[in-house]
Amino acid sequence: MWYRRYWRSNLYSSGLQPLLFLAAMGLGFGSQVEPGPDTGGVDYLHFVAPTLLVSGAMMIAVFESTWKVASGFQWQQQYVAVVTTPITPGQVFGGELMWVGMRLLLSAVVYGIVAGALGAWLGPGALLVVLVGVLTGLACAAPIMALSATVRNPSNAFSALLRFVVMPVMLFSGTFFPISYIPVPARMLAWVSPLWHGNELARAAALGGGEWLPLVGHGAFLVALLLGGGLLARSRFYRRLVV
Amino acid sequence: MAAAGERSARELSPLVSAKALVKRFGEVEAVRGIDVEVFKGEAFGFLGPNGAGKSSAMRMVGCVSPRSDGDLRVLDMDPQIDGPSIRARLGVVPQEDNLDTELSIRQNLQVYGRYFGLSRAHVRAKATELMEFAQLTERADDEVDTLSGGMKRRLTIARSLVNDPDLLLLDEPTTGLDPQARHLLWDRLFRLKQLGVTLLITTHYMDEAEQLCDRLVIMDNGRIVAEGSPPELIASYSTREVLELRFAPGESGDVASTVDGLADRVEVLPDRVLLYTENGEAALSATHARGVQPLSCLVRRSTLEDVFLRLTGRTLVD
Ligand SMILES: Nc1ncnc2c1ncn2[C@@H]1O[C@H](COP(=O)(O)OP(=O)(O)OP(=O)(O)O)[C@@H](O)[C@H]1O
Ligand SMILES: [Mg+2]
Repeated sequence: MWYRRYWRSNLYSSGLQPLLFLAAMGLGFGSQVEPGPDTGGVDYLHFVAPTLLVSGAMMIAVFESTWKVASGFQWQQQYVAVVTTPITPGQVFGGELMWVGMRLLLSAVVYGIVAGALGAWLGPGALLVVLVGVLTGLACAAPIMALSATVRNPSNAFSALLRFVVMPVMLFSGTFFPISYIPVPARMLAWVSPLWHGNELARAAALGGGEWLPLVGHGAFLVALLLGGGLLARSRFYRRLVV
Repeated sequence: MAAAGERSARELSPLVSAKALVKRFGEVEAVRGIDVEVFKGEAFGFLGPNGAGKSSAMRMVGCVSPRSDGDLRVLDMDPQIDGPSIRARLGVVPQEDNLDTELSIRQNLQVYGRYFGLSRAHVRAKATELMEFAQLTERADDEVDTLSGGMKRRLTIARSLVNDPDLLLLDEPTTGLDPQARHLLWDRLFRLKQLGVTLLITTHYMDEAEQLCDRLVIMDNGRIVAEGSPPELIASYSTREVLELRFAPGESGDVASTVDGLADRVEVLPDRVLLYTENGEAALSATHARGVQPLSCLVRRSTLEDVFLRLTGRTLVD
């Protein structure tokens, strides 16, 4: 289902923020960092370009699947209106997830092109990075939508989500530096963080290298999260809309 | 003959048929076993005080709320199984407007039409037609946020017609409308009815029910307490006329015993005494003869409101 209003997307907010990060971290801060084993032997710019795309994707996913979704049930009630038509709650969820996917793809492509102009890519692996970004974003969006479809008091739930999930995930997922720098207990956080799995995949795609088995593992984690979160969210949409 | 019989049988098969229909929300029983049949081309009303279960019943018919017990068939299908096919032929005006406030009026109609799988060209033409219908053409490209409450209501009603429904479910359609808009809407609903659209209406307005409904049920506390056409209901639950005697507050109680026996039924309110009788003028002379001196008096015909208040009580029971 196409939700026309969703096309009024905002290029500015979707592509710009990670690009600002890229300029500041990659070119500014990065000029102080010597290429070495920690950066896989490449410039810092090349090191953070792929992971910034992925973490940007996660932020978009968080943004698109929290307030907007909760509002569809509670304030604006667009979902309540839609299910009086032949559309089912499952299709509403599918449409929303697809919308997030389009949004992710769009901003990842914009980011990819501009970052390319800044010389942040070493090869055509950038195309794969875009796909990894979309996959990671969707894997985050699905379970968050399940949350948004469940909570009756979104303010509390979302501020807890940002504080106790999104923030730590942002910090401890190897976006700006490899997770080998952080102590083991915090590193375990990374292992369950979709962003870390996405980062690892993206970096491998952009810079080459990496062993097959762990990469398959990272991919499998993201796909499992997307499927599991998706099934949960779908049933939550039904639970909430069919009363 | 056989063909004619068949035809009328099909036309008589009800669009909505509920038997012992129940809706529970956890412990709360919102609808407690109602039997309803709505036939093609009819305007059927649900009347009842707040919390009677009208909306709950409507939502089950609208296939957005599964029944807890009993039987329900809508358009000869089972809502549990054929929900989407039924909803494709329904128009729904919910009690609370749920328009997309970020879209323009035109977009609201077009997007909603697209949910029914209608083509772009079709919904474009339909939206123009419906904006005309709701007298919103001048605001076509304004955002819904900028509309007044009554305009939103009109848009919600226009939206429900986007798929040319066979059955239109209207949950308190004219709440919040000014008298002009209400009369306009009644007029439009009447025309839809003549085109063969079946209407299912809930309302708190008795004049609306009397104007629009061929048949109605009065619900109270999840149950149907009366059923019939407005004149039938008035005939069986009220008298032809009502004599209203007004008194200064507190004095009406003293009169009650004096007028005893002058009417079929006497109702004493703090500032008024109501005498339900076949002949109001006669009752009035009789009360004067007994020396009752009200501040003012009024003889009027019985209305559905009298029936409603008698059956559901005057006090709020929330
Ligand atoms: N989603 C729900 N969850 C729990 N209880 C509900 C729900 N919806 C309705 N109820 C309860 O069911 C009863 C009937 O409500 P309903 O909305 O059907 O009444 P109504 O006749 O439409 O009233 P009104 O005239 O105020 O619109 C009420 O007691 C209400 O509290
Ligand atoms: Mg209601």
